[in-house]
Amino acid sequence: MIVASRKNIRELKEMLAPYRRIVVLGCGTCVTVCLVGGEREAGMMASALRMTYRLDGAEKEIRDLTIERQCEDAFIDEVWKELAEADAILSMACGAGVQALAERFENKPVFPGADTQFIGVLQEQGVWTEKCIACGQCRIGSFGGICPLARCAKHLLNGPCGGSFDGKCEVNPETDCAWQLVCDRLTAIGEERRLEALVSPTDWSLSNEGGCRKIIRPDQRI
Amino acid sequence: MPEFEPRILAFCCHYCAYAAADLAGTVRIQYPPNVRILRVPCSGKVDPLHVMQAFESGVDGVLVAGCLEGGCHFQEGNLRARRRVENTCGVLDEVGIEPERLRMVNLSSAMGRDFASIVKQFTEELRKLGPSPLKNGARHREKIG
Repeated sequence: MIVASRKNIRELKEMLAPYRRIVVLGCGTCVTVCLVGGEREAGMMASALRMTYRLDGAEKEIRDLTIERQCEDAFIDEVWKELAEADAILSMACGAGVQALAERFENKPVFPGADTQFIGVLQEQGVWTEKCIACGQCRIGSFGGICPLARCAKHLLNGPCGGSFDGKCEVNPETDCAWQLVCDRLTAIGEERRLEALVSPTDWSLSNEGGCRKIIRPDQRI
Repeated sequence: MPEFEPRILAFCCHYCAYAAADLAGTVRIQYPPNVRILRVPCSGKVDPLHVMQAFESGVDGVLVAGCLEGGCHFQEGNLRARRRVENTCGVLDEVGIEPERLRMVNLSSAMGRDFASIVKQFTEELRKLGPSPLKNGARHREKIG
């Protein structure tokens, strides 16, 4: 899932200052799971903004709504009327959701209420960790199910840097050394031989480095 | 001018603080009538959204009262409540409301006297802090309106 973190209310207050009718729009997918932009958090944000503006004596109409997914038009349509009536929209979704809204409402300001961080997993309750950088050419199979591009601070593909200590990364001692994990994992599944194979360099043109990507599936087109 | 009487909302756990408040009443211990008690099945049930909405509705202070640490009926609902309260204090600070207006306390069902003294102390502290700044904001708006 996409993991995000909440923006500071003071920053949002300044951003939304010129607008009177504001809709805080939550998203029921990734940001709900990472507890940043779901129904509850959108409610919290709307309440916080109403209070902070009230302290300044500013007249605002701030309400919150939540849809299943902000990155799909079909769900945006469900609240089209309410959003159309707003002067500005504060999206609690990831960057994709914010942009989907901005594309649908050409003449309406749309602001992000969250900072999108990474593609990751819920490691344990309240802890999310990055697992994927969406490089566009997944080779995790060569590394026993662990991605060194996402999890090694130096993005090394052909073995460890030699700086790890007690299985921890020298860049951040709180992070596991990705290559320690790769070696342990390949040993556990009896595929140590994979460590001897040379892995070719990453073709970054397939990632976002090559520009904004697009996937077209003719079989799915109508 | 009459002394400011703060309005306090107390989320009280059914198994401890609510029983402590009940005990205080049973043994006739006086405590300020400023507090309104809302019984919850566990302090861990208190949603930060409810706390925000309480402040938005105009209360001057919110107490979240759970069991003594280690004594939660649901293992660690009170520990989670404390972390949520601390986080919500941060949100209130960003909003511009004094975080001191929100407090987590731990009690057992036998601590009726302590419940009364916590309410007394919190009421006094809120008197010193004055009315919720949201009320001032509202008054300001009425004036300029």
